[in-house]
Amino acid sequence: MATQHARSAARVMMAPAVILLLGWMLVPLTMTLWFSFTRYLPMRGDSIERGLDWVGFENYVRFIGSSSFWPSVQATLLIVGGVLVITVILGVLLAILLDQPFWGQGIVRILVIAPFFVMPTVSALVWKNMMMDPVNGMLAHLWRFLGMTPVSWLSDASVQSIILIVSWQWLPFATLILLTAIQSLDREQLEAAEMDGAPVMARFWHIVLPHLGRAITIVVLIQTIFLLSIFAEIFVTTGGSFGTRTLTYLIFQRVVDSQNIGLGSAGGVYAIILANIVAIFLMRIVGKNLDR
Amino acid sequence: MARAVTTRRKIATTVLAWAIGLLIFFPIFWTILTSFKTEAQAINNPPLFWGFDFTLENYAVVQERSDYMRFLWNSVIIAGGSTILGILVAVPAAWSMAFVPSRRTKDILLWMLSTKMLPAVGVLYPISLIFVEFNLLDTRGGLILVLMLINLPIIVWMLYTYFREIPAEILEAARMDGATLKAEILYVLTPMAIPGIASTLLLNFILAWNEAFWTLNLTAASAAPLTAFIASYSSPEGLFFAKLSAASTMAIAPILILGWFSQKQLVRGLTFGAVK
Repeated sequence: MATQHARSAARVMMAPAVILLLGWMLVPLTMTLWFSFTRYLPMRGDSIERGLDWVGFENYVRFIGSSSFWPSVQATLLIVGGVLVITVILGVLLAILLDQPFWGQGIVRILVIAPFFVMPTVSALVWKNMMMDPVNGMLAHLWRFLGMTPVSWLSDASVQSIILIVSWQWLPFATLILLTAIQSLDREQLEAAEMDGAPVMARFWHIVLPHLGRAITIVVLIQTIFLLSIFAEIFVTTGGSFGTRTLTYLIFQRVVDSQNIGLGSAGGVYAIILANIVAIFLMRIVGKNLDR
Repeated sequence: MARAVTTRRKIATTVLAWAIGLLIFFPIFWTILTSFKTEAQAINNPPLFWGFDFTLENYAVVQERSDYMRFLWNSVIIAGGSTILGILVAVPAAWSMAFVPSRRTKDILLWMLSTKMLPAVGVLYPISLIFVEFNLLDTRGGLILVLMLINLPIIVWMLYTYFREIPAEILEAARMDGATLKAEILYVLTPMAIPGIASTLLLNFILAWNEAFWTLNLTAASAAPLTAFIASYSSPEGLFFAKLSAASTMAIAPILILGWFSQKQLVRGLTFGAVK
């Protein structure tokens, strides 16, 4: 057992990390909370030094009441939901496929995982121009080849395009985690089921999918947290127009473009609450895992 | 495997898996290929897969016109600096949580994780105010600090899961033999912890390299890393596909190579040890 000496040493060693994260969390959070209850328009001369006018919950009411709020919630849900559905379904299928024996497993794995390592600004720009450009993009070439009229993806099918780009980035993550989970599946159980004559689909529904349940939950939760705050992919492609203004992007515009800090901060508090609801579920699963 | 897989099935799987793999990789492949074309050939109709004039000109132009090396250097300094700093802060913390756990260890770990969930946009303005106040705006030091803080929870978690796998019996044996705390850390723990620390270093370097909220919002000209450099291509003039491709290829090449080494760590690092 650890001695008293070791315990106090441990406390000292933990201190820098704890203090740094505590500061990182509390200071900006407190400021955001404070700003969200004030009228704070730096362009009109409001500043902390001169004192900010307390306006109560006005910003909160106005943020929700604004005409761009509900569309932004809708865009957020569509994008997050769309990416989750695509990455989880394709991720499961891909993980099962990559788990089968075939030639060149290592190389194919690398090809599939690669998009995850592409920085968001690059993948957004590459998709926007090389793939989705209505004249010279690869998809336009393909569409013409198939005898169809090329689509202006980012203006005519903007939300779908963002979902496609983000799914491309996150599919490797889902696949990799699900593949790791599949590899821990008990082979003998599968083989026994096969010998007993269980068809492929039955084996999938009753053995593989339940085994993946936990991994899928984790993929969904972790991705949700990252997807709620996607930024560069929208910043670089549509700049929030054509119905792609997510909650994150709306807050960004309130703070940076319209310089309405009070309103933006109230939006920020909403976003923080939303993220925390997801986080609670994630933490429960992770926390359970710690007790082992 | 108890049962041999039929060759026919293996061939079918191979074809399907390669087709999907190549499809997923295609945008990256196409970008790399285009970076070696002239601008006219880059937008040729039909698209050219072969038979174009191989040229390195785009790379030269990108470097010349935009001083690519400066952005690259900023990326290296910011990603490397934040990762190393993070490791220095996290190693002692993870060490003590793994080997001298207390009742509160679990709560502290979960709380650290919760700071990672804070949406960045919610604290954008306070952070910029603090940056202005301390003259950190558009400095590499400021970004090193922020990226270190956003990745610190992941670093602590990864190290913790690695350290926990080091058998405690070995430590006890060392203590029995009269090893001091210093000797214990230096000669017993460190050699066993190095693989875990290396993986943590690698994954967090990648995460910091690709971070694209704070790097876009807190830099202007002097401290901008590659993420911001690439974003500046979003409003192009004239022919630019080949140059965009060259710039993109240079920005992702180092990380693609590092990434291939870190596949395994990726799972552990990003699921906080919940999937292994």
